[in-house]
Amino acid sequence: MEAKPLIQIETLSKQYKMGGEIVHALDDISLRINYGDFVAIIGPSGSGKSTLMNVIGCLDAPTAGKYWLDGEEVSRLRESKLAEIRNRKIGFIFQGFNLLNKLSALENVELPLIYRGVPAKQRKEQAIEALTKVGLGERVKHKPSELSGGQQQRVAIARALAGNPPILLADEPTGALDTRTGAEVMELMKELNRQGHTIVLITHDTAISKQAKRVVRIQDGQISEEGGERREPQSSLQNGG
Amino acid sequence: MNLSQAFKMAGKSILANKMRSLLTMLGIIIGVAAVIALVGVGQGTTKQVTDQVESLGTNLLTVNITGRGSKTTVDYKEAEEITNKDDIAFAAPINQQNASVKNGSESTSVSVVGTTADYLDVKEYELAQGRFVAQIDLDYYQRIAVLGATTATDLFGTTNAVGQSFLINGVRYKVVGVLASKGSSLTGSNDEVVVIPITTSERLFKSKGVKTINVQVADADKMDQVVTELETELSKKFRGDTNSYRVFNQQDLLDSFSSISDTLSLALGGVAAISLLVGGIGIMNIMLVSVTERTREIGIRKAIGAKKKDIMIQFLIESIALSGLGGLLGIAIGIGTSQILSHAMKITVVLSIPVIGLAFGFSVFIGVVFGLFPANKASNLRPIEALRFE
Repeated sequence: MEAKPLIQIETLSKQYKMGGEIVHALDDISLRINYGDFVAIIGPSGSGKSTLMNVIGCLDAPTAGKYWLDGEEVSRLRESKLAEIRNRKIGFIFQGFNLLNKLSALENVELPLIYRGVPAKQRKEQAIEALTKVGLGERVKHKPSELSGGQQQRVAIARALAGNPPILLADEPTGALDTRTGAEVMELMKELNRQGHTIVLITHDTAISKQAKRVVRIQDGQISEEGGERREPQSSLQNGG
Repeated sequence: MNLSQAFKMAGKSILANKMRSLLTMLGIIIGVAAVIALVGVGQGTTKQVTDQVESLGTNLLTVNITGRGSKTTVDYKEAEEITNKDDIAFAAPINQQNASVKNGSESTSVSVVGTTADYLDVKEYELAQGRFVAQIDLDYYQRIAVLGATTATDLFGTTNAVGQSFLINGVRYKVVGVLASKGSSLTGSNDEVVVIPITTSERLFKSKGVKTINVQVADADKMDQVVTELETELSKKFRGDTNSYRVFNQQDLLDSFSSISDTLSLALGGVAAISLLVGGIGIMNIMLVSVTERTREIGIRKAIGAKKKDIMIQFLIESIALSGLGGLLGIAIGIGTSQILSHAMKITVVLSIPVIGLAFGFSVFIGVVFGLFPANKASNLRPIEALRFE
């Protein structure tokens, strides 16, 4: 008996209407991601990878199918409950950093902890710890506009780390960075994975996806396993297409 | 997320846009300042007038006799009969007209009061010099006069007026006394007056009878009783013609004045409340713009775990903080303005704590009411769409 997976998606579909036509953004997808995994989801634009990320990130509810996150069925939860799940279980790393420009690095990292209701003192400690982890322990008072792109992305990663969520969800984390800083950020992600963080990375760049332990390709709303450093045995997929 | 955290966030966001926040608050600031200054001036004026009326004595009654003609008038002796009661301290029948008085080349127009000796006590005048009108002057139709302080100076300058003579409507009168200065009241200056015996004035103006009786009641508690007694007597005299006379209570005047000023205060308050309302709409406008502007921020906050309630509270508190701060600034400006008004224009200004509290409370309430719509709009944004917003 295998250990319970961190993410288990079963025959999940997502459709939406666009200009009167029904678009099948995700079509009967099944996917398992274990604790400690480093999975890259790769696909061209329009393949449904953003929709998959929104569903995995609990930002959007699926039309049909089941989704277990960290042992909890989350596909049919109410909005406020989903917000709580996002807050506790998922650390988002966006392509455009999505930091709040008026807040300092420290305040940005504290934000998810504020919504979790962590007391001020503990919040600050945790935030500084996360910033130190990404190598920005000295720049806590800087505003995002006073930091370079790579540093901003590291603040965003620290924000994702601060609440110590079981999964880090990165959407094109290097998309807005030049090659060198992009590589640095990827190194940081790999380092975090070695420390035990589960990472799901969404990208269209094969050079990035190759650095993951496992690659899932998505095309026209359907996924296929592709292997990275380590090929996942087909048996672990129930409907791997 | 707790409230103090929400207030911190609101403060930050207000300070981040200082100019815009100030302009947003302007409506509330002006509204609150207007409420405080206008109501302050209104209440100040009321207080001033009320004090003045009260200083005249609240135990004064005025009987106006309007019915004229041979059968329906009373002469001064009848008037004294009517008012001859235990509870009445003094009563002065009056026959008063405006006339021009003249001494050589000095001439002025004053109110000439024909009355009896009681007038001095009823009106609480003091004599500066000489004597007042006496009963014997009435009996013998004496052409003597007592001058008000201002009239004395107008006619005779700084020289002693007593013993000198002057003309009323061309008839020569002798000055026997000068009244001490008493200042102004509701009915005009008390010092621009010429007092002559009522019998003489009936002849002078060819108008028989008493127009007014000023009555001073011995005890303020007996006012109503005296009014009833007087009305009964007068009704008998005029054979039930109640239109021929009217007993007028000083308290009635006070009441009617305060009801006027209450209405005025209410109207001022209403105008100010409307300006507060307009200020609130201004806040709502800016908040709506701000929600649109900060769509992305809302998306980020929601993505990392802000609940609908958190966003709602954040924007609501921002709007309350804006209107509350505006209210505080308005209070400061309102108090400042009323102080300046009271010093520069010598108006009595009464600052009432309840009005200030009410204005502040109302401005906060406006913040809640007009913040609800934008806050609700913000909290209902869907995180994916909000994150996609550029």
